[in-house]
Amino acid sequence: MLRLVIVGASLAGLRAAQAARSAGHEGGIVMVGQEPHLPYTRPPLSKEILQGKQEIEDSALQVGELDVEWRLGVPAVGIDRERRRVQLEDGSEAAYDRLIVATGCRARGWDGPGSELEGVHTLRDLEDSVALRKALSAAKRLLIVGAGFIGCEVAASARGLGVDVTLVDIASHPLLPFGPQLGERWTRMHRDNGVDLRLGVGIAQLRGSGGRVKHAELTDGTTINADCVLLALGSVLNTEWLSGSELKLDPALVCDATLTTVSDPDVLAAGDIAAVPIRLAAGTPLRVEHWTTAAEHGQLAGRNALLDPAARNSHVSPPYFWSDQYGCKIQALGCPALAERVEMLERSPEDDRFVAACITGERMIGIVGMNAARRLPWYRKQLTEPRPLEQVKAALAQESSTLGAPVGASV
Amino acid sequence: MKVHVDMNLCQSHGECVAVAPDVFELGDDDVLVWQEEVDDSRRADMEEAANVCPMMAIRLED
Repeated sequence: MLRLVIVGASLAGLRAAQAARSAGHEGGIVMVGQEPHLPYTRPPLSKEILQGKQEIEDSALQVGELDVEWRLGVPAVGIDRERRRVQLEDGSEAAYDRLIVATGCRARGWDGPGSELEGVHTLRDLEDSVALRKALSAAKRLLIVGAGFIGCEVAASARGLGVDVTLVDIASHPLLPFGPQLGERWTRMHRDNGVDLRLGVGIAQLRGSGGRVKHAELTDGTTINADCVLLALGSVLNTEWLSGSELKLDPALVCDATLTTVSDPDVLAAGDIAAVPIRLAAGTPLRVEHWTTAAEHGQLAGRNALLDPAARNSHVSPPYFWSDQYGCKIQALGCPALAERVEMLERSPEDDRFVAACITGERMIGIVGMNAARRLPWYRKQLTEPRPLEQVKAALAQESSTLGAPVGASV
Repeated sequence: MKVHVDMNLCQSHGECVAVAPDVFELGDDDVLVWQEEVDDSRRADMEEAANVCPMMAIRLED
């Protein structure tokens, strides 16, 4: 019987173990996790947990009676591929026949002047969320550096708690993964909700007194008051432990569509750490750092790891990701960030719901929807491959349940 | 088997609809409607639907 080792005990790793058991795997499964916790789900960490709507326990993923050997709180430090063993920090080893790597990312740090001050946070794991929640309960003015998913969601959560928020980003728009063309909308949304949003500017230094942060100096020379700072600068891959493995990193673990690493048929990858060819991106291997991809990758890697390489199935569903801010649900399918332009395909008369096509070379490679959940299944069927926009529009003309025809050319 | 969806958790992501459109559907105002009794032959699909639900709102019962 195959011995399966899964390194990374978060969503992707858990789904891999569950899928392997569901597929009838009776051999051993060892789950190695750097964090001391059983697997938990991260989306609430920037939203419900900060807002006090959920407790930490609510973020636990259901593990049930899953038959695995947990090695939690012990990071993996290397792989000996010749002897097929994963080496752990405590000196022990885990022998495998098939290995699934799902070690994900961590928050990108910043080591500029003042980064060591008390009151400066990052947000990736449970402890971070708990610490930030506590800080926000006493904070007057929060500075968030970085207007991506984490930065924007925390801004919305903090506004809901009545905290003043300054949000800065060197980019010209927030939420770039939804494509720059829609950025003006998200800019308005944050400003309408009272966020002091400053674009095209970064952080130069933080200053404090008594060891606590008090002010931030921005790259344009302005100074702002802040008694709490969140660095939301994106993520860094947890690949250092693979550096001696000779698995191909670019900079993520390069895989084929079956999530098998191109370097070793006995090593698969899942979630944030895997670069996998995406049909909507002309087959380019891309990382998709989102919840749904981690869940889907995990399931598929768990099943594929039990099979011979030739019998493994490909990951085909388009990337899906979302963000909830100020009671507004933004959803995306495909690769909006790669689009050359966007075009509204549906829009409610009140302009509070829409679906926009993300287009490259007259083909639709993604969509972004706002408060348009019930329309997504239809677009998901269109997005199995880059599809000519005219074809999509012709099909849409036959649809009876759209949000409404867009009026005017603006997005 | 029975399919339970906790509507306090469901946020209409529609991932279950993508897995099994004959069982799950987003109705007007984006509210999920679903078949509560599903044939056992669909177990793999129902497990997948539960596993990809971002809100972990789907629970299966024999």
